Amino acid sequence: MSSAPKDKPIDCDVHPTVPSMTALLPYLEPHWQEQVTDRGILSLDSIAYPPNLEFTARPDLRENGLDFNGLTGQVFDSWGADRAILNCIYGVQMVHNADMGVAFTRALNDWIKTEWLDRDPRLAASIVLPMQDTPACMEELERLQSNRQFVQALVLANGEEPYGKRRFWPIWEKLEQLNIPLGIHAGSSYHNPVTTLGWTNYYIEDYAAQTLGFQAQLANLITEGVFVKYPGLKVVMIESGVTWLPGFIWRLAKFWRGVRREVPWVDRPPGEYIRENVRMTVQPLDAPAEAEALEKTIDQMQSDDFLLYASDYPHWQFDGDAVMPPMIPENLHRKIMIDNPRATYSRLTQTAGAA
Amino acid sequence: MGKHVVSTVPELPPGERKRVEVEGRKITVFNVRGEYFALNDRCPHEGGPLCTGKISALTVSNDPGTYEWTREDEFIRCPWHGWEFDLRTGHSVCDPKTMRVRLYDVHVEPGGDLVAEKKLVAETYPVRVEDNYVVIEV
Repeated sequence: MSSAPKDKPIDCDVHPTVPSMTALLPYLEPHWQEQVTDRGILSLDSIAYPPNLEFTARPDLRENGLDFNGLTGQVFDSWGADRAILNCIYGVQMVHNADMGVAFTRALNDWIKTEWLDRDPRLAASIVLPMQDTPACMEELERLQSNRQFVQALVLANGEEPYGKRRFWPIWEKLEQLNIPLGIHAGSSYHNPVTTLGWTNYYIEDYAAQTLGFQAQLANLITEGVFVKYPGLKVVMIESGVTWLPGFIWRLAKFWRGVRREVPWVDRPPGEYIRENVRMTVQPLDAPAEAEALEKTIDQMQSDDFLLYASDYPHWQFDGDAVMPPMIPENLHRKIMIDNPRATYSRLTQTAGAA
Repeated sequence: MGKHVVSTVPELPPGERKRVEVEGRKITVFNVRGEYFALNDRCPHEGGPLCTGKISALTVSNDPGTYEWTREDEFIRCPWHGWEFDLRTGHSVCDPKTMRVRLYDVHVEPGGDLVAEKKLVAETYPVRVEDNYVVIEV
């Protein structure tokens, strides 16, 4: 990795760890502080990332500490990132009480701002959206939009409803206006089973089934016409596994050809919207280690604009410092590490170097 | 290229279609509101029986959730996979650049002209001077 800042990668998926609900208490209104303490809410961790599992935090990274120093030391010093985007996955989306969910999400965003963004200008972050309540999402964007270190809005792949539904459109309109991408990250509010068949028993299924959520969201955003209505909206699929995409596009396009008139505003093959509006982070990348496997995927996508470099810190997706998956062709490294992230996150270039 | 008589005008009223085989090609002639269209029977997508499909409009939209019913009865839909084809151009709606169905010239001619014209190929069809005929050119 060259030392010139312009050649250093942008890490598009890094996870700060909320140590416990106690960490959010200073950011909550007194009413919600009391709710947390009276109810004994210690943590909002879910099955999605069992806190003590090796996969959730690679043992050596855990040993270095998952706090501010541990994260920045690893991502910037060891892996050489120029900027890193914090996607905080903490179960605020699981809370059924919408008022509580909104309060916890606001506190989480303020915690991210104060404990992370304010301490290091190299850090950027996603605004976690309280999807329990659409007006509250708008308020959260209004409240935080002026902070240019917030470069994305974050939702989980498996929410309460598909995101193409019109009740969410004001949020997508706002994101398009702000030129802030919508990040869809693996995970679930667990208000619905992760599979359409119902609840599964095992964590391994829960994690593997995330791709189903991504596929349903993608199909829904396209068929409901979100990219027709908001052509400037970028969607980043984070921790999606990537390689399922060409087959899914093919399937969607095949059925679109036959039943196009049902959704006449979709007047181009679905893959064209995906190529223009959808991006994906590269960790994890579900493919054998041979380079040809991914070259074929890129070839099938007819694009090399859609991949964004990401370590997925501290999840155990790779060993050592091999952040870039080995199957990604060398000639695409710079594009994936620097050019594609910059093109996706306009706020990153606007704030680069600014304190 | 030769002219082939498909039917008399009264035999193919509006809303009807007639299938013929000319020089080994299966062709269907449609009367849509008094206008004639002749298409190759075979869908260029997967070879389905395109000309047995439904004739309908083209539903378009500029805004999600709105539906504009345009060009009524100017499109045919293949019964196998639902691909739509423009009766005027032969182009498919979903892949107009690469997928189109072969169209043939079709028109009405008086029997007198057809009899006078020696090139007519209508072996099995008796042509009478006083009638009008639907004719395709293949």
